[in-house]
Amino acid sequence: MSVCVLKPGLLSSFQDLGRHGYQHLGVPVGGAMDSRAHRLANLLVGNHDDQATLEVTLSGPVLRFDAAACIAITGAMLSPTLNGKPAPNNRPLIVRQGDVLAFGARASGLRAYVAWHGGIDLPLVLSSRSTYLRGGFGGYKGRALQAGDVLPQRVPLDDGKLDSLAQELWSIKIYLPALLGLTPRAALRAMRGAHTSLFTDRSVDDFFASEYRISPQSERMGYRLQGTTLNLKSSAQLLSEATSFGSVQVPPDGKPIVLMADRQTTGGYAKIAHIASVDLPAIAQCMPGDSVRFTPIELEHARALDAQREATFEQLRQSLAPLRRLLS
Amino acid sequence: MSDTLQGWTVVPQGDRGMLLVFGDQIDVDVGRRCAAAANALRKAAIQGVTDIVPTFNSVAVHYRPQASGANTAFSQLADEINRVLGPALHTQDAPSEGREIAVPVCYGGDFGPDLVDVAAHCKLDAAEVIRLHSHQAAYVFMLGFAPGAPYIGVHDKRLAIGRRSTPRTSVPAGSVAIANLQTMIYPNASPGGWHIIGATPSILFDPEKNPSTLLAAGDTVRFVPVSPDEFHALKQEKA
Repeated sequence: MSVCVLKPGLLSSFQDLGRHGYQHLGVPVGGAMDSRAHRLANLLVGNHDDQATLEVTLSGPVLRFDAAACIAITGAMLSPTLNGKPAPNNRPLIVRQGDVLAFGARASGLRAYVAWHGGIDLPLVLSSRSTYLRGGFGGYKGRALQAGDVLPQRVPLDDGKLDSLAQELWSIKIYLPALLGLTPRAALRAMRGAHTSLFTDRSVDDFFASEYRISPQSERMGYRLQGTTLNLKSSAQLLSEATSFGSVQVPPDGKPIVLMADRQTTGGYAKIAHIASVDLPAIAQCMPGDSVRFTPIELEHARALDAQREATFEQLRQSLAPLRRLLS
Repeated sequence: MSDTLQGWTVVPQGDRGMLLVFGDQIDVDVGRRCAAAANALRKAAIQGVTDIVPTFNSVAVHYRPQASGANTAFSQLADEINRVLGPALHTQDAPSEGREIAVPVCYGGDFGPDLVDVAAHCKLDAAEVIRLHSHQAAYVFMLGFAPGAPYIGVHDKRLAIGRRSTPRTSVPAGSVAIANLQTMIYPNASPGGWHIIGATPSILFDPEKNPSTLLAAGDTVRFVPVSPDEFHALKQEKA
């Protein structure tokens, strides 16, 4: 009862909602770059949203199922196929013993997520199944997938009922709220922070007015941005303090870096802004070479949007009760 | 207790975090107050709060939105934090909760390739650098940079030196390095820009252990000079 990795893809690693509660020990949170797509994938296979999913980057893996499973693919559109036939995103899919999942050309986004009903059997390391690639722990052996890996599937599906299960799953109406979909944004909403006033007025204006290009040196730890350089009023040294997902820090070279899932827990650079949590999935789906803009948002508005998305997830979870009944 | 220690300010950091700021400089009294605040908040177990991160002069509180919307309004959470901290920090004349931990260090040679340069820069001999670094206990302000990596200080002013002009691309695990009157210990091989004066056989971070780190913010460290033979013996014992 396992899944065989025939090809690993560019960067495929297991991620969950992150390693919360250990940042005071210097342990990065990590977790899915696009937590929205990760949660959606889990919901669509009847899991709790803390189960690990496989985060697939740009060029996906080839996986062979050695046992029947219910899976779902969300996030980026990477042209997934099952046995060579196109497979849809955002639907529960029944796969049978010997089926092969592969990915093709990228149509949109950067990271897709694959969830298994019941999950893959991975140990909890510091309360999380997320792979911390830089630290070499968590997920599957602390690393990205390699050809030949065998992923133990936790929950078997009854082979005798696959046809009827597939049919019944297909008949379930899944209404995917737009708030939980992959909608590129013209401008990422960002809040001012305690350090914003340390920057020249011109730089703050530039940050919110100009276009930035995501540099090739961008990965799970941070996205480097190319564009108008940003300057402090004076080069006063700041003390290291905690960082957040979406903090936009500016080193002395003036080139902003957006801190992403695998960010260090603390940092000493000034932060010009913080991207609203609801817009983090949008930047996580951007590729090096893509352009982004920023637009200001007030804290209370950002918080309300965050809470609204949370409530939408809860509504979707409730509406999927029939799906969970079928799979249980 | 000086005036700078009396209060704190609460500032938002994005929509899922806030910083409680207790001072504006690296100072052991400010650091102890941050550690005490972090401990009090950890004990209070406020709903929705996921991480409490003390640093030199601030404590970050990271939180997650709840489907119910409970406690995620910035002002509500800030009020609740202030309610916890008010009484907790007024009784903080009590002894600190940090432990004192001995960290063996083999100084100089291949273990501390920058010891000679540090001594020259500080116009001291190497033995005096070792003595100043190890003769009095120092405070763990925070862990950061990498899992289990401590910022320890403040050292004797005679050890004043900045960072290396060119950071090393790889520093061996266990390196004990100084800069700006502080010590950093590198838990794993990584790039590093501080001056390496020695190495410890102690394991700073092991994700499979509980606790996973040797040190925590609020602890006190005493560096204990050991010989190369003792270093290797201790290393084998810990492996």
